[in-house]
Amino acid sequence: MTYKKPVQKFSGKIKEITLGENLKLGGESVLPFYSFDGDTGNKPAIGLEIWDVYPEDWPTTIMEELGDKAKKPAEWAKFCEEKYKPDFICLRFVGANQDMGDRTPEECAQIAKEVAEAVKLPLVIAGCDSNEKNGKIFTKVAEALADKNYAFLSAVEANYKEVGAAVGLAYGNIVVAESSVDLNLAKQLNILLTQLGVKWEKMLMNPGTSAVGYGFEYVITTMDRIRLAALDQNDTTLQLPMVMPISFDTWKVKESVATEQDAPEWGDREERGIAMEISTAVGVLAAGANAVVLRHPRSLEVVREFINNLI
Amino acid sequence: MALTGMDIYKLLPKKNCKECGFPTCLAFAMKLAQGGVEAEKCPYMSEDAKTRLSEATAPPMRTVKFGAGDRCYSLGGETVLFRHEKTFVNRTRFAVAFSDTMSDEEIQSKIEHMNTVDYIRISEEMYVEIAAVECKSGNKDTFLSLIKRVKDGCKKAVPMIITSDPEIAKAAVEECKELGPILFGANEQNYEAMVNLAKQYNLLLGVTAPDQEKLYELVQKIQNLGYRELLLSTESTSLKQVFDDVVNIRRTALVSQDRTFGYPTVVFANKLAKEKMMQLAIATLFVEKYGSVIVLDDIDYSLALPLFALRQNIYTDPQRPMKVEQGLYKIGSADENAPLLVTVDFALTYFIVSGEVERSKVPAWVLIPDAGGYSVLTAWAAGKLSGKTIAKAVKDFTVEEKLKTREIIIPGKVAVLKADIEDELPGWKVVVGPEEAALLPKFLRDYTDKKVS
Repeated sequence: MTYKKPVQKFSGKIKEITLGENLKLGGESVLPFYSFDGDTGNKPAIGLEIWDVYPEDWPTTIMEELGDKAKKPAEWAKFCEEKYKPDFICLRFVGANQDMGDRTPEECAQIAKEVAEAVKLPLVIAGCDSNEKNGKIFTKVAEALADKNYAFLSAVEANYKEVGAAVGLAYGNIVVAESSVDLNLAKQLNILLTQLGVKWEKMLMNPGTSAVGYGFEYVITTMDRIRLAALDQNDTTLQLPMVMPISFDTWKVKESVATEQDAPEWGDREERGIAMEISTAVGVLAAGANAVVLRHPRSLEVVREFINNLI
Repeated sequence: MALTGMDIYKLLPKKNCKECGFPTCLAFAMKLAQGGVEAEKCPYMSEDAKTRLSEATAPPMRTVKFGAGDRCYSLGGETVLFRHEKTFVNRTRFAVAFSDTMSDEEIQSKIEHMNTVDYIRISEEMYVEIAAVECKSGNKDTFLSLIKRVKDGCKKAVPMIITSDPEIAKAAVEECKELGPILFGANEQNYEAMVNLAKQYNLLLGVTAPDQEKLYELVQKIQNLGYRELLLSTESTSLKQVFDDVVNIRRTALVSQDRTFGYPTVVFANKLAKEKMMQLAIATLFVEKYGSVIVLDDIDYSLALPLFALRQNIYTDPQRPMKVEQGLYKIGSADENAPLLVTVDFALTYFIVSGEVERSKVPAWVLIPDAGGYSVLTAWAAGKLSGKTIAKAVKDFTVEEKLKTREIIIPGKVAVLKADIEDELPGWKVVVGPEEAALLPKFLRDYTDKKVS
């Protein structure tokens, strides 16, 4: 008997969505990195996370390289664009949290505008911990950045009407539909947003994530099932590219947070944080993520090389 | 190809002797058809029927073993490509690479690293299971002294002998045969001698060829020699090609139902990248996608913490959620006056809650009752998180003796339990915590500030 290499052809295809002017996401008709089966679409994109406030507990080497630039989001974004060359910048409004300064939506919009003017890269806008407040922040920011085609993280079940209407309908930006690690909820939210009138090309999805070790099997299984439904069963409601802000989770778990005094045998804290970030990013990329948000430039470098070696 | 329960029943002696552990031959036949029992369990089947049956009912991917005693591991035996279809059964095992041309210091340092990385995560001991020892010197004595040193240095690791020279291989096997080593290095040129050696010592045999086609031909030749304890690998040097190889070997077995590739694979991440973080990225990919043994250059906690945790997640049975042990857990340097929280024993919940408590930097205690391994709301709905179960945990783990506090913080989502718990625990006050774990740091800081003032 001679070897017959198996091939898996699917009828479905992930939609190609453009972020900003020309960052194309998705477009694949095979499982992640299965170039032996067919077209893997656009290369997964990597974004770097920046904050609207000075981050007190970020890794030392990032802060040393940033210096005072971390106090001004526009300068910070420009520095990242030039030095680390990510595919996009993720501007996160941590300062809008109640215990972090309670920044107003108007102030957020002003900062977003300054950042957008400082860089050429497309932006992904992330909010604070309150869904209710995010509805207001996203409305103001989307208005200030009208028709830029930037993505907003995220519309959830509790605020999708407000976010969808402002971001996706009124101001010509992209709504990221976020569900919490459940295929049916992901599908339902996508449908609800389209029923609101948001066009598919103005949507992306975030099916929910966690760090490796923290129920990550649910993340992988949900993503596997979403991709199989989209490709194998040609479920058009799930054929959206997935964007996963994994750094939001990986840098707050014990493995990344515990100091060297807390856990002497674990060794260098920053190295642990980078490793958790890389492993989680690769974990979701291998399950179908089309874009990931990272925090550490070292992670960006490794994950980019990994993708380039595999595409 | 597959036989039905009735097909199998016809081949059975129909004595209903129960010696197989089933009440009737028909029940045994049905179980056999599902792959839930082995044909060998029937003592009265004819040899011919036995052969026909074990061929027809064998799973598409073989389960193979290596190691010895309490360090014996199974690889392969997988039946699905995605864990939600059923479950992944035999977890990936990790190896650290040694060679006999490395300096003394390098060897020593790797041995120390392997011994340092040994810890428990959710009731599972985590350590590197395999020491991959490669003969690069071409000198038997040099290689044997490396094996001896690694064997004495890493008590927990099973050796994987890497050489394509059958004579050196034989001496190496002799040196560590009591550990049930893996013998890696059967190729087109040496396979007859290597198979003989593997047969003689009953070893898992690593087989390698330049590409998928040549590997397929080689496995057929080895199977024709009657040996089926195999671990596969190609000599591809790029990540992209190795991914292609590993995925397609698995698909050939499970989708094409072709047992020639029905064996586990080994991935040499150390040969695909030099740099540690890149090896981590590659290892992550193959834990998710079908690598059964992954070889790394070295190990430390920064690699082990994500990799072992990922493996534990991916190999969790989707039908059985992970549980943490019940008990009173101390977070940070909590003393007898520190705040006490209660949550459920569902591992994911526990990890998120304890992570947020740690992030708050407020030393605290977390009490975990027997809540059936469910999430907070499910456990409450099922009556598993109630005044009774919480009061029982307070008693079982002698909380009243260990702590001075008589206040217990409960998850905000089960605020309705307040009165119930206070009834069951006289002298205690229930404080309703936040609905989301992410809000715990602020809650705990406010809570302790209030106590001080």
